Amino acid sequence: MTGISGIGIEHYLVVSSILFVLGVLGIFLNRKNIIVILMAIELILLAVNINLVAFSAFLGDLSGQVFAMFVLTVAAGEAAIGLAILVIYFRSRGTIAVDDVTQMKG
Amino acid sequence: MDFAPSFALIAPELVLGITGLTLVLVAAYGGDKFARLSSIIAAVAFGGAFALVAPAVCAGASGPDTLAFGGLFRADAFAGIAKLMIFAASGATLVIAPRFFEKIGWMKTEFPILILFAALGMSIMVSANDLLTLYMGLELNSLSAYVLAAMLRDDERSAEAGLKYFVLGALASGILLFGMSLIYGFTGTTNFEGIAVAVSGGLNTGMLFGLIFVLAGLAFKISAAPFHMWTPDVYEGAPTPVTMFFASAPKVAAVVLLTRVSMEAFGTQAAAWQQVVIAAALLSIIIGALGAIGQTNIKRLLAYSSINNVGFILIGLAAATASGISALLVYLAIYVVMTIGSFVAVLLMRDADGNQLEGISDLAGLATTRPALAWSLMALMFSLAGIPPLFGFWGKFVVFQAAVQADMLALAAIGIAASVIGAFYYIKIVKVMFFDEAADTIKGEGDRPHWALLLICAAIISPLGYFLTPWLGNLADMAATSLALPA
Repeated sequence: MTGISGIGIEHYLVVSSILFVLGVLGIFLNRKNIIVILMAIELILLAVNINLVAFSAFLGDLSGQVFAMFVLTVAAGEAAIGLAILVIYFRSRGTIAVDDVTQMKG
Repeated sequence: MDFAPSFALIAPELVLGITGLTLVLVAAYGGDKFARLSSIIAAVAFGGAFALVAPAVCAGASGPDTLAFGGLFRADAFAGIAKLMIFAASGATLVIAPRFFEKIGWMKTEFPILILFAALGMSIMVSANDLLTLYMGLELNSLSAYVLAAMLRDDERSAEAGLKYFVLGALASGILLFGMSLIYGFTGTTNFEGIAVAVSGGLNTGMLFGLIFVLAGLAFKISAAPFHMWTPDVYEGAPTPVTMFFASAPKVAAVVLLTRVSMEAFGTQAAAWQQVVIAAALLSIIIGALGAIGQTNIKRLLAYSSINNVGFILIGLAAATASGISALLVYLAIYVVMTIGSFVAVLLMRDADGNQLEGISDLAGLATTRPALAWSLMALMFSLAGIPPLFGFWGKFVVFQAAVQADMLALAAIGIAASVIGAFYYIKIVKVMFFDEAADTIKGEGDRPHWALLLICAAIISPLGYFLTPWLGNLADMAATSLALPA
């Protein structure tokens, strides 16, 4: 399904793969701030959405777009819960630096 | 389209969902003074859901009659047996948790509600027959679980446990979802039967990538190595009743879900995922056994023990036969009982002021000061190690038998060797309890529900449990055959 401008399914897949890898690296390489981790998680979910919508258009099948809607909704809930946990964590520790999350290890 | 049969099939989920939503209103208007009452109502709802599922399991329900909502949901005996374990474990959590939280003045009405929604999510997970249902169930369970882990919000360790669980759980969900999007794109469907048809001719690169991502995401949820790193921290930091819940019900749900995806959707391509499952099984057994050795906190030790046990459970899946799946279900049932028993024993470790103790050193000389607790814990530890005549041995036996029947002698041999290494740290606890000088820190009185649950678990894992084997084996066999296995 190559459009007028010559953009095909593979281009969407490349973009979404890059976003996905960026998101995963954002979680593992980030040593500064937990808010950045939340952003990285959103990036992963949006990469998935690009995939789903691109495949849906490519296959001419609507269920991928329905799936993307569900993912968006769940991502909103996930962000709310993540921020709530972050707030209670900040209240008890007074910091949200990734390097300080070390009460328990081993 | 007539939805009446579909609603009849999701009756247990409806009970849980409606009870949960009603209790949300109770919590909003009544506040925490209804906490105790809500726990009782939630426990009754679990009892009702259990009774609704039981007939389908005993009848070995299978076939197209078990499909609901146009093939999105499947209420067969395989899902049913998992639901029975999930509801039983959730109900047990609700029985023991109020006493624990009341003691520290933190009993909230939210707690039973979150347990209800988590169990509802798990119930949807095990019945999923479509990637979309799978995802919604998994997220409902995970989102409730993140909040449960951070339940004691003034406690630094609980907040940290919640944070770690959230970040790594969300990453796992992302990986799983990326895999599902690839599977959807390359097979053109999200339905498990549709996927099974699409992959029957072989896997292309996209499908293979999707499968690997999905397996990695689910391995995270069952805390199989190499995706286990969150487990010890979360299990240590979360409040003990919540840890007990995490170690039992969600593990059943995720293992059963993994089995369904592997066997139903990708059953014809078993060779593609078998190697992954075998590697994860062996790594989990070995890492679970070695990681536990240096631990001083009993909850952390039990976390490694659960990683170790997941390895044995995965051996049953690796066999990829009906007898392997049946063995997996038997192992899961025994594992749930052992886990609940162990964590209730941890809850009974209290000092004179009623504060919870978690150090293994606190157990020293327990046999002289608190013989009943020491003997129960000894039985549980020997059972977890798989030492006959305790019931834990039977679970390991059926799993290895299935592996040998499937011509996986090397896997079975390495598994048995590693289980001997694993026995070391269980026996160490017994040694501390029976042969070390008494530390005499555990003085607090236990609550009656805790003792009752501990004694029930101890009775089931004692040699008396073998009376259950014909019945349990029969149910597990029926459940395994209800799974649509490739011809």
